[in-house]
Amino acid sequence: MPAPHQDVLARRAEIVRQLSRIVPAGVIDSEAGMRPYESDGLTAYRQLPLVVVLPETRDQVQRILAYCHQEKIRVVPRGAGTSLSGGALPLEDGVLLSMAKFNRVLEIDYDNRCAVVQPGVTNLAISHAVDAEGFYYAPDPSSQIACTIGGNVAENAGGVHCLKYGLTTNNLLGLEVVLITGEVIRLGGKHLDSEGYDLLGLMTGSEGLLGVVTEICVRILRKPETARAVLLGFQTSRAGGETVAAIIADGIIPGGMEMMDRPAIRAAEDFVHADYPLDVEALLIVELDGPAAEVDYLLEKVEHIARDHGADYVRVSRSEDERQLFWAGRKAAFPAVGRISPDYYCMDGTIPRRRLPDVLAGMQEMSEHYQLGLANVFHAGDGNLHPLILYDTNKPGDLDKAEAFGADILKLCVEVGGVLTGEHGVGVEKRDLMPEMFNETDLAQQGAVKCAFDPDNLLNPGKMLPELARCGELRGMHVRGGKLPFPDIPRF
Amino acid sequence: MTETLKPDNAAQLREAILWAVDSATPLELMGAGSKRRLGKPVQAEMRLSTAGLDGILFYEPEELVLSARAGTSLAVIEQALAEKRQMLAFEPPDYGALLGAAPGQASLGGVIAANLSGSRRFRAGAARDHLLGFQAVNGRGELIKSGGRVMKNVSGYDLCKLMAGSYGTLAALSELTVKVLPVPEVTAALVIDDISPDDAVRAMNLAAGSAADIGGACWLPEAVAERAALGRPAGEGGPALVIRLEGFAPSVASRLQSLAALLGAAGPARTLKDEAARALWAEINHVTLLSAGPGRVLWCLSLPPASGAEVAGALAALPDHELMLDQAGGLIWLSLPEGGNDQAETVRAALAPCGGHAALIAAPASLRSTVPVFHPQPQPLRALSRRVKESFDPHRILNPGRMYGGV
Repeated sequence: MPAPHQDVLARRAEIVRQLSRIVPAGVIDSEAGMRPYESDGLTAYRQLPLVVVLPETRDQVQRILAYCHQEKIRVVPRGAGTSLSGGALPLEDGVLLSMAKFNRVLEIDYDNRCAVVQPGVTNLAISHAVDAEGFYYAPDPSSQIACTIGGNVAENAGGVHCLKYGLTTNNLLGLEVVLITGEVIRLGGKHLDSEGYDLLGLMTGSEGLLGVVTEICVRILRKPETARAVLLGFQTSRAGGETVAAIIADGIIPGGMEMMDRPAIRAAEDFVHADYPLDVEALLIVELDGPAAEVDYLLEKVEHIARDHGADYVRVSRSEDERQLFWAGRKAAFPAVGRISPDYYCMDGTIPRRRLPDVLAGMQEMSEHYQLGLANVFHAGDGNLHPLILYDTNKPGDLDKAEAFGADILKLCVEVGGVLTGEHGVGVEKRDLMPEMFNETDLAQQGAVKCAFDPDNLLNPGKMLPELARCGELRGMHVRGGKLPFPDIPRF
Repeated sequence: MTETLKPDNAAQLREAILWAVDSATPLELMGAGSKRRLGKPVQAEMRLSTAGLDGILFYEPEELVLSARAGTSLAVIEQALAEKRQMLAFEPPDYGALLGAAPGQASLGGVIAANLSGSRRFRAGAARDHLLGFQAVNGRGELIKSGGRVMKNVSGYDLCKLMAGSYGTLAALSELTVKVLPVPEVTAALVIDDISPDDAVRAMNLAAGSAADIGGACWLPEAVAERAALGRPAGEGGPALVIRLEGFAPSVASRLQSLAALLGAAGPARTLKDEAARALWAEINHVTLLSAGPGRVLWCLSLPPASGAEVAGALAALPDHELMLDQAGGLIWLSLPEGGNDQAETVRAALAPCGGHAALIAAPASLRSTVPVFHPQPQPLRALSRRVKESFDPHRILNPGRMYGGV
């Protein structure tokens, strides 16, 4: 992390006093009070913040940021703290800005099929708020019961239905954002697309580095009339992968398509008793949603395709309870793995789907090399892979081995044409792996965008981007005399 | 005559931009040039065309992904996709005829740079939602990339979103990777004749918020409906509401039934199938139903869909107007006689009660240089947009002023 500013540490008492003026009942500066904020979902990293502040109004957020901007104090925004990449990891010299009190649903507009909410509302609470009218909010990260929509915007959160329904970025209509200067901008609204640059799209997934979101307008969708799922078991992951490809090549875009490998199936079954088959190497859950006529028609097609590709276990859900049970195992896969190993480290690469067998084989070799176990769950529809590395913090060296193993996996993902992170974000965790995917020029351009929003690098520094060039240095240009140096370029 | 540079590859594209930086020569960027008349006229001494960056790099139907050089003809890409029964689901419209160019000339880079999307936009997303990754040369002459070739990717800022709709003011695109989707097996359109805009907008809201999963909804006033391929039986007339359903045959049949029942109160419905439905939607999507050409201008308004009737009502006060509602009420196309800043202000004022933005899509250059083509932005957003421009193009050599002054 960036070295703490000693002068800021020295001014701590004054900073606490100033923040208390802005938010009289919302400043926490005792060690015990700040302890719950010392890490997020990536618990291997811990750091107490300088001070925690919990504003309740946009005006307070504006004043806090304007103050920090003026005094050159770093700020780390935080939602529910469920980030798996350390996106909300505090800084020793940074104000931790918790948006937890922004927890109101402000407006539900069924005619325009949208909801206006504050960033501290949980993902699931949005769906609950519109459930009675038969609507829901589509992106459904596994942490949806706890994670906030503000955090979802910062991380561009996904879930298990992304291939058909998109990520957060495809389901947002508007944002209100406070810039580090304290100025407010409004992006989008209840209408589609933007009049100028798509800053709404840029803000989404920017990991708290560009601004602090204070209001969000999300799209809500009518719940599908029916949903049914089918479990498909295969003797090889290759057969499972080929089935997924064949389903898509046949023109079918299922609502969800998830794959688990043998260790994940075993762990989930022992935990949830979903009656998963235990004699298969790969288990695929395919969910079809829509009108009953469509779902029945497609289920039959999917079954045929699967059998043609070697599925030796096929079970269609016969009731809503059974469908839920199919999912219960998959959704509990992480805690289930937590029961068979003292600790696990969850990775999040995305790969071109057809490279799955190569990547699985590569990870198996790594598992043997590092002498650490591995379980795999895979959003098969969109290629997002979640290998869970099993380790034990109490064994000396195990955490280091797990981290090295994880980095090797992500490098392999990039090597086969994939990416470092599909939905968990770069954060602290994968910051130093960014050069695996991007060269210096690519990263300098990302840094330049950061400079357009936050030239003093005060918002969530040390996350996502490796060391930044100073903002003023980005204009630099080698002058070459102004001669046309391209005799080969066709001219008309 | 202004000279046009036409590089054959990304390295030459880079050379050209480096030269422009060194010699402080602003460039007008273009692909095939079919949308040169969209946006504010660019004052540039030299044109730079990416039309020479041609060819599909890879297409993997089972991975739903296609990658091509920026200058690749959209027609070529759509042909390759059609052979595998796939498509660009954002339905890129062809404004060639509207903009005084030949139809069928668009390049992939141009469609993405203008973020052009069709009738399915409210359900399937815009061009910006389908761009997975790109390579481009920024205004420092640097070759940059962002995104990738996979559906789910949060590695770094999502610069794809910035590229889409930036009209070449940030970087010259050289390669693009897009998400593709299956072509629906069946297309049908439900037609309700003789329906008022209020009833139509109510029906569109109801339909768009139902489980019928509609893939288009459009209201055509009487004069426009008369030109449309509605297949009207003798005796039918008046304004028309058309709602598109797409998908597998059993699904479309079932949804047609439930949708007709849901909208029962809005009037008796008829159905157009396959070719007839597709022909009607081509007219809607490419905006060929409204009066355009010399003496006329064309506005496009994006607004909250439920406000469609109210805004259409306000615009109806403009003399000699023609309009249609697309995207379930969230988009209004408006054809007017040529007018100046007063007209722009009147059009934009109609959006004040509900929010939204209006762009002047087709107009003579003299008008586009004096009237704000894109919806004016308030401070501090305007200043931020300029800083974003500078972060890619600090010397302002790429399409300067195409969107806004300073951008």
